[in-house]
Amino acid sequence: MTLKEKISSRKFIITSEIGPPKGIDVKSNLEEALMLKDRVDAVNVTDSQSAVMRLGSLAVSRLLKEEGVEPIYQLTCRDRNRIALQSDALSAAALGIENVLVLTGDHPSRGDHPAAKPVFDLDSVQLINTLKGLETGKDMAGKELKGVPSFCIGAVVNPGADPLEPELIKFEKKVKAGASFFQTQGVYDVDAFAAFMDKVKSFDTCVIAGIILIKSPDMARFMNKNVAGIFIPDKLIEEIENAPDRQHKAVEIAARTIKDLKGLAHGVHIMSLGWNKLVPRILDKAGL
Amino acid sequence: MIITRQKPIDDILKCLDGIEKVFIVGCTQCATICKTGGEEEVKSMRQVLEGKGKKVTAAEVWDTPCNLLEVKKRFRDGKDAISGSGAVLVMSCGDGAHTVCAGTGMNVVPANDTLFLGQSERAGRFNEVCALCGDCTLFMTGGYCPNALCPKGLQNGPCGGAKDGKCEVNPEIDCGWLLIYNRLKDAGKLDNMKKIMPPKDHSRSIRPRRIIVDAVRKR
Ligand code: SF4
Ligand code: SF4
Repeated sequence: MTLKEKISSRKFIITSEIGPPKGIDVKSNLEEALMLKDRVDAVNVTDSQSAVMRLGSLAVSRLLKEEGVEPIYQLTCRDRNRIALQSDALSAAALGIENVLVLTGDHPSRGDHPAAKPVFDLDSVQLINTLKGLETGKDMAGKELKGVPSFCIGAVVNPGADPLEPELIKFEKKVKAGASFFQTQGVYDVDAFAAFMDKVKSFDTCVIAGIILIKSPDMARFMNKNVAGIFIPDKLIEEIENAPDRQHKAVEIAARTIKDLKGLAHGVHIMSLGWNKLVPRILDKAGL
Repeated sequence: MIITRQKPIDDILKCLDGIEKVFIVGCTQCATICKTGGEEEVKSMRQVLEGKGKKVTAAEVWDTPCNLLEVKKRFRDGKDAISGSGAVLVMSCGDGAHTVCAGTGMNVVPANDTLFLGQSERAGRFNEVCALCGDCTLFMTGGYCPNALCPKGLQNGPCGGAKDGKCEVNPEIDCGWLLIYNRLKDAGKLDNMKKIMPPKDHSRSIRPRRIIVDAVRKR
């Protein structure tokens, strides 16, 4: 079953994420992918994440597919105008990649090429619309396509956004534009997430809750301070602080959160930040 | 108003390297308000240049260097001083520098960097609030412009990265989309934000832009 089929059959979705290297040595990417292969439904491939230039997400998505791992090709609006975005989406389809996760992208000034020209010709809502248009056999200019692609379009949402209403308005636009699944910002407070799910239940879409492994108390505090929509309760930070084995603790917390999210979210998306080898253990512990 | 900032003096001097006689031109309008080309600044530039051993043939504040006819008239009136100089140092915006070059054919050195079209909030404080997109949609966004106030120029709502109301790109500034949201909410117009805005038509802002205003031509 493809991710698309699993989503429509309402299966609990498990996804994870890998970041292409700076360079062309994909050995560790492929090792990670093989580790995840029989445990997750699909693996996101990030698009020069945090505006740090890396090997392309399309190339690595294709390499994963060749290993039998279903990729979710991340496509940001940061670096490409509408011609390049449509062209890359068609390239993905031609390479047999169906899942496209549409993101605005970070501003280049925050990355490792701060002097780069920011593009943002389309925003995420418009890009979803555009991919939907390609599926009807026409490009944005209304020109006929020779060979029509089919996508499984994903988008992101931040349940912890404050205020939440503008985020919900955009979420609704993404649903209307044609996103069929959502991956969320990291969830640590399950009650708050439940309240969010209650607000979006009428949209009847697939919401996959983000799980970001907490590697250290410092990382937790850093994220609380700097990352929008992340709220890691003090109790949790203390728990990590007092743990003799931090990896073990990270696994335990992630597994516990996932268990709590079952029945609430339609799946989980595990962002391990380089600790993908822990993902099978997390899933074991979470009973998945 | 066009907002300018004076270049570091060392950079200006580098551009004037090897040039003995300099004609300085300031501007009575925007550059005067920005303190980058008014009487005072032109005078102190004269002193600096003279201190570096240059001869300042004249230091004038024109009204305005971005007006080609005015520049040509000034050039006719002061031809000897201008032509006899090795360079005209223009203390206005880039438009002024460009126009002085066009109207005099002289070697022009810009003293300022031209930054943005700005609102004057109060003396000495200027904000970029319009990005000159050529297709104004302010009526949809509560009078706050997402092209200018959101570094990503998003058309359909916030990127989700704002923290404590501040922009993820620059925590010194408010998230433009939260400003828009709050304004629309207060005005009972959140429906505007719920509408999917189409991509911008960038063919409306292909550079260089030029318009001919018939109403003025016929006068
Ligand atoms: S939409 Fe914004 S950038 Fe465009 S003209 Fe209006 S204020 Fe200026
Ligand atoms: S935080 Fe707000 S202003 Fe900044 S890029 Fe995101 S939407 Fe735009």
